[in-house]
Amino acid sequence: MNGHLLSIHDLSADEIVRILDTAESFREVGTRVIKKVPALRGRTVVNLFYENSTRTRISFELAAKRLSADVINFSTSGSSVSKGESLKDTALTLQAMGADAIVIRHSSSGAPLTLTRWVKGSVLNAGDGTHEHPTQALLDLYTMRDRLGRLDGLRVAIVGDVMHSRVARSLSFALVKMGAEVTLVGPPTLIPPDAPAWGVRVSHQIGAVLPELDVCYVLRVQRERQRQQYFPSVREYARLFGLSRERAEMLPDGALVMHPGPMNRGVEIDSDVADLPRAVIEEQVTNGIAVRMSLLYLLLGGSGSQAAGGSADEAGAVRLPEEVATGA
Amino acid sequence: MPAARLMDEAEVRRAVTRIAHEIIERNKGAEAVVLVGIAARGDDLARRLAAEIGRIEGRTVPVGALDITFYRDDIGIRAEAPEVHETRIDFDINGWTVVLVDDVLFTGRTIRSALDALVDFGRPTAIQLAVLVDRGHRELPIRADFVGKNVPTRRDEDVRVILREVDGEDAVLVDDPVTREPATNRPGREGMRA
Repeated sequence: MNGHLLSIHDLSADEIVRILDTAESFREVGTRVIKKVPALRGRTVVNLFYENSTRTRISFELAAKRLSADVINFSTSGSSVSKGESLKDTALTLQAMGADAIVIRHSSSGAPLTLTRWVKGSVLNAGDGTHEHPTQALLDLYTMRDRLGRLDGLRVAIVGDVMHSRVARSLSFALVKMGAEVTLVGPPTLIPPDAPAWGVRVSHQIGAVLPELDVCYVLRVQRERQRQQYFPSVREYARLFGLSRERAEMLPDGALVMHPGPMNRGVEIDSDVADLPRAVIEEQVTNGIAVRMSLLYLLLGGSGSQAAGGSADEAGAVRLPEEVATGA
Repeated sequence: MPAARLMDEAEVRRAVTRIAHEIIERNKGAEAVVLVGIAARGDDLARRLAAEIGRIEGRTVPVGALDITFYRDDIGIRAEAPEVHETRIDFDINGWTVVLVDDVLFTGRTIRSALDALVDFGRPTAIQLAVLVDRGHRELPIRADFVGKNVPTRRDEDVRVILREVDGEDAVLVDDPVTREPATNRPGREGMRA
């Protein structure tokens, strides 16, 4: 692995398998009485969250703590960001304090990539704008492989607001890379026009897709990212694309229902369906800690991360004037 | 690969049988004994010892596998994060005598890591150490309670235990450092995930 995790495109299929296999061992650590190993003792991990988050931030925090790393949580409210500090100055400050890894969530797509030009440590993308959320995709892959035993050939539908979903992008890229068959389902206004180029199929009829699936992955309707009216009403969306109880019964035996959270019960998924045994939404959360431990361990557990940081630093030295010129 | 054979199949079998008897003798039976093998290969040896003790004593001895990767003292020094194996200790070790099992005892650093790992699982009454080969060159104050064979070696030699479960046959080999193949060509632990 290189020194950062910015996008699923950074990873080969073999590297994804290695991340999932290593996560397997960390899940065992999570079952112990003492859920902590000394692997990253003395390392510092900073959670830099420019957007609200519960599960991703806590998951990363627990993952780093269970590896014995020191964790600093930095959110924009209550910090100097609310005084107008730029991302670059915040990053340089964290670097000066000796952060070995920065986990960043930002509303601007590409913010994590930009960060790699300024800091020596590893950068992990915890969600950037409508671009990617690679750790969510990896924990979803882990959950699917754990429950269904394979990824190759799995038939997965990703249902809902694909347009605004970084989860859908990362998950589609990752599943296609691992040989799964992905179908994006949603109203035409919420399916990105370039989707067929991802290697996925597109459908606007959820009922036609459900009987053939191994996994029905339901996306949250992200009203905070929608700048215009993409569908007439929430009720109409729920009626046409929501995973109701009747629709869930169309799924084959053994098929999973997944959701990245937080759920809008009654909108994209019925409350009853979210509580079915086949809905593995809480397992996704539990597995997320193991997968993030695996990523932190693989990125920070070798001295190679320092070398990769060094090369990023060199790139930064070259690109820095350009950043200054564009006023970044 | 030019490798001298330090122990063959029969010698490995006899060593395992003898160590099993010694463990029973030292602990006055096997009622309070559990075995924990260090992955990789220590866990296979632990299963064999458990079977042997079980045969002699007529009772089942709990056996677990321990991966010490997260407890190593060279994380961040090696270029790549070390490969991780499975840990499976599905019994309580509080109040039991744990016999740690490993294939080769060398610097003692693996055992140091294993002791740290083990105490995270509980507080055993005692921890004992059984190894198939002790090749010397300790860097820490650690010694084995049960040894299959003491082998004087040079520091730069590579002593390898191969086992039927992983490698298809039982033997202890020592590689000539001059013509030794790269370490990556050593037989790996394939198929960890079923």
